[in-house]
Amino acid sequence: MNELLSQYLPVILFIGLSAVIGAALLFVPFMVAVKNPDPEKVSAYECGFDPFDDARMKFDVRFYLVAILFIIFDLEVAFLFPWAVAFGDVGWFGFWSMMIFLGVLTIGFIYEWRKGALEWD
Amino acid sequence: MISDVTDFASLAPAYPELALAIGAIVLLMIGVFTKSNSANMIMGVAIGLLAAVTVLVIIQTESGLVFNGGFIQDEFARYMKVVVLVGSALTLVLSVSSAAEHALNKFEYPVLILLATLGMMMMISANDLISLYVGLELQALALYVVAAMKRDSGRATEAGLKYFVLGALSSGMFLYGASLVYGFTGQTQLDEITRMISLGGSGIGLTFGLVFILAGLAFKISAVPFHMWTPDVYEGAPTPVTAFFAAAPKVAAMALFVRVVYSSFEPIARDWQQIVIFISIASMVLAAFAGIGQSNIKRLIAYSSIGNVGFALVGLSAASEVGVQGVAVYMAIYMVMTVGLFACVLSLKTDNGYVEAIADLAGLSRGRPFVAGIMAILLFSMIGLPPLAGFFAKWHVFIAAIEAQLYVLAVIGVVASAISAFYYLKIIRTMYFDEPILQFSAAPGELRLVMGVTGFLVLSYYVTVGAPLADMASVAAKSLF
Repeated sequence: MNELLSQYLPVILFIGLSAVIGAALLFVPFMVAVKNPDPEKVSAYECGFDPFDDARMKFDVRFYLVAILFIIFDLEVAFLFPWAVAFGDVGWFGFWSMMIFLGVLTIGFIYEWRKGALEWD
Repeated sequence: MISDVTDFASLAPAYPELALAIGAIVLLMIGVFTKSNSANMIMGVAIGLLAAVTVLVIIQTESGLVFNGGFIQDEFARYMKVVVLVGSALTLVLSVSSAAEHALNKFEYPVLILLATLGMMMMISANDLISLYVGLELQALALYVVAAMKRDSGRATEAGLKYFVLGALSSGMFLYGASLVYGFTGQTQLDEITRMISLGGSGIGLTFGLVFILAGLAFKISAVPFHMWTPDVYEGAPTPVTAFFAAAPKVAAMALFVRVVYSSFEPIARDWQQIVIFISIASMVLAAFAGIGQSNIKRLIAYSSIGNVGFALVGLSAASEVGVQGVAVYMAIYMVMTVGLFACVLSLKTDNGYVEAIADLAGLSRGRPFVAGIMAILLFSMIGLPPLAGFFAKWHVFIAAIEAQLYVLAVIGVVASAISAFYYLKIIRTMYFDEPILQFSAAPGELRLVMGVTGFLVLSYYVTVGAPLADMASVAAKSLF
């Protein structure tokens, strides 16, 4: 029984250590940080919007555009990872498949760029 | 056999799709890199490209499976692709004169139509649930954008949004069904699914999958009870876009429907036959009654297209080779009639813009006798009067139903057809016997050409294209069995 418990000792140590470090990082700023509050600083913050407002407001379509662009290239990377790992097995077929995929994505990217979708005037 | 992308010759069955894909991409790049407004030039090249791809589909006779069985080229696919390509090209021609007024004079419009057409060709040739879904989405995403392209118009954006939300719902249903079918058969390739069903019989899970797949597809062909989006989208979208929606995607979705039920669910034909008979009757009857109260011609055509899908499904519910032949003939004739009808609608222009209300057509025969004449021929053909093409379209599908001993279905179809004659005849009466109230401008040359050709084909169907078309459809139907 004791032997079984002692196997878990590293986990206990790990939990204890992370609790100490986590607590320290939370409490130290309370004691040493410079506090200089003003209404703007303590109010709730939301990127680019009034935090408390009618939810049915006009929403700048550029946020949406950036999010879509992010998702497209995020997904591209998600495809590239398994492709790179399995590159030895998929061979030239896999190589050209991915090149065609990247080519089509690049064409979409060129279109966006030329259309000015990347400019936040 | 694994088809290698590096082995270009083995991709021969997919050459038309490759040509269209590369062409669309090149046109997109040309459009975005030319400084001046190149919409007209791109529109012309896009029509030429569609014509070239049509020729390529006809002369490229190599059939077979490519992309690891995900893509099939056979006579049925070739026939349906030609119908779709001709429909797309003609609707692009229709939009030339009215593009500026409908805010379609951007180079993206023809490129999106090309991509939608590519998606439809993929749908027609899909031999795997995955490639089928990819084709379906490529087509649908392009269509959502096209529907909402007139950004300043509240109705067009509403149409686009409605189409998008309901399209997403139908895709979800389709995917759910596809996952059930995959779960119960362990296959995604359509012919493999058939093999597994005939080996292991059918279970309740598979039937659920079938029902969900059919519901998703019924959305795409706008068959009752999944038709709600059609009138709103057809009315709200710019008229050239509505013409495109009514012609090409319907044909492609119907081809997809035929391929899915015949090549993968053939062993459980009894199950899907009941569903198809139900949606067929519901579509015909609802369209016949709902069309009566319409005062907007685009809305009326929407109900008419719902009814036409119902009639085409009569052929499908026969579950026989004659039935498939009937569907193939029906969709080709339907495409020609729809394109012709929209050419007439697009030429109804006064000095104050385009006219959509049926009441405003009063006395059209006196001001514009040619437009009124062609429209009357097409409407008589929609009713199904011999010897016009519409009669033979209905004749083909009803013969198939009677051979399959579906007498009740055939009788209901004929009655629905007779009821719908009421609203078609009402338009003809308005055009010919009411006093003119509006002064219509002369139709542009290309619209007159399209009206003339479609009117001639519909009028002379029996002596000119009738027999060859039936032969081609018969060859196409044989390749599925």
